[in-house]
Amino acid sequence: MSMFQLEFMQRALIAGLLTGLSAPAIGTYLVQRRLSLMGDGIGHIAITGVALGLLTGSAPVFTAVIVSIAGATAIELVRARGKASGDVALALLFYGGIAGGVLLIGLAGQGAATLNTYLFGSLTTVSSSDLYVVVGLAVAVLVVAIGLGPQLFAVCQDEEFARVTGLRVQLLNLVIAVMAAVTVTVAMRTVGLLLVSALMVVPVATAQQITRSFRSTFVTACVIGVVACLAGIVTSYNANVAPGATIVVLALAGFVVAATVGTLLRRRHGRIAPLEDEEPEVGVPAPEPHVVSAGHPHAHNPACGHTKVEHGDHVDYVHDGHLHAAHGDHWDEH
Amino acid sequence: MTHSPDSAPKAVQVSDLSVDLGGRLVLRGVDLQIRQGEVVAVLGTNGSGKSTLIRTIVGLLPAARGEVRLFGTPVPRFRQWKRIGYVPQRITAAGGVPATVYEVVSSGLLSQRRLFTPLRAAGKQAIEESLALVDMADRRKDPVAELSGGQQQRVLIARALVSDPELLILDEPTAGVDLASQQIFADAIRERVARGTTVVMVSHDLGPMDALIDRSVVLRRGRIVYDGPPHASQTHAHVHHSHGADEPGWLT
Repeated sequence: MSMFQLEFMQRALIAGLLTGLSAPAIGTYLVQRRLSLMGDGIGHIAITGVALGLLTGSAPVFTAVIVSIAGATAIELVRARGKASGDVALALLFYGGIAGGVLLIGLAGQGAATLNTYLFGSLTTVSSSDLYVVVGLAVAVLVVAIGLGPQLFAVCQDEEFARVTGLRVQLLNLVIAVMAAVTVTVAMRTVGLLLVSALMVVPVATAQQITRSFRSTFVTACVIGVVACLAGIVTSYNANVAPGATIVVLALAGFVVAATVGTLLRRRHGRIAPLEDEEPEVGVPAPEPHVVSAGHPHAHNPACGHTKVEHGDHVDYVHDGHLHAAHGDHWDEH
Repeated sequence: MTHSPDSAPKAVQVSDLSVDLGGRLVLRGVDLQIRQGEVVAVLGTNGSGKSTLIRTIVGLLPAARGEVRLFGTPVPRFRQWKRIGYVPQRITAAGGVPATVYEVVSSGLLSQRRLFTPLRAAGKQAIEESLALVDMADRRKDPVAELSGGQQQRVLIARALVSDPELLILDEPTAGVDLASQQIFADAIRERVARGTTVVMVSHDLGPMDALIDRSVVLRRGRIVYDGPPHASQTHAHVHHSHGADEPGWLT
């Protein structure tokens, strides 16, 4: 019997296909906003969600999606405030997620083995009901990631401009956070909560080595994600190791190859077509009126001790209540 | 210039505006009215509040006191953003993922695009025209991060012009931009001005745009100190205090 005839492998491969598509799709937006580690944080918080499910006897995938969305919303609100203490608040949230999860799983009477299947994925534990939830959530993520693509791109690319075009930037940022949370839950059974972030980021980083546009990065990252997931699941079956590890190792191997090829390509491109010379920059024109400082024996320099003032494209030195600026072989009053 | 009659709502109406940035009053009681079709330069030294004024007008900063109205509607309630074109100082967030010139310019159409709908043919044509206007049509597939500062700035103005706005607001469009790009910039804006577009631009140094200006406003320490016709030395008068206080337009 080949492995593709095994029902649990069919379920694992379907879950893997959807994970491979949705994680890089949302990951492209996270990387563009320079929030690559957001998936990691949500993954930590989701551990508490899984534990709550085990403790209360309800499906962990449901409790995980609820707790992840709550966590992602909290992260987004803290981030949007932009306070320096936000960084620490997020760290507390992440540690709380892991510690709370481990504690609750212990109280539920489950051991490290159960926890491991959620942390690093597991082929045999994707049940049919899990699969329905995963399919539904993944399709929702893909519809939003593609359908709202232009809006999400604008928000991630230039938030202020997006605001002036009348987009509801805060809402769209929240949509991205919630989608990331849902994706974490989708990916939980295949790559696992500790490695889900890798599947959001690594395919995007790999795609970027060879692509030049946002759209091609998005599509290439999804293709890489699907290939890594399916190949990783097959390898995991044959080698009898956790699928999360094989998927991420394969994705990283792909990155190394793409980075090497990309560097060689750029170097070759650079040899054939060197950068054009830029036109000379025209900065602030010579100041007017042009008053030469009479009898100025002192030569200012950055270390001369006179206070320096930035003035357009040059520096003025404060000298006996006057501003002096270098001009050719003499000093000007500014 | 095609000025609309006085009964038309002002394009921009700033009344008694004060703006507080981190506990410091950057604008203090600014009053400014800009009629539709006017081309206004906002001048002043670094830290005089020029950019703060512009950013408050487009709603990026909240007013501590007073209000800003765009076409007669207070900014917090303003929804017709497709009438506004905004050119920020720089590409603020060169994101972690490459984006092409075409992709960046197409986001200028979002104010008139509905959710979950693809770009229509008219939109694609507007993008092509906008790219041609700033002489970037042959770079449309290049990532913006690979362009020079002047070329990036041209992409930003194409993004603002693509929606054919009635009010164009530019924040230091020419700072550090090569002269060739400044000229292309000025030509693109001249074409819009001829069609009646209102323009408000903040600048240190207007360069080739100088000739387009109808009126200049000089800010110093968060207050308007000059509001009147532009004059020959305007680009430096505000920096070097070389004006006489009795000249017309200077406020005391």
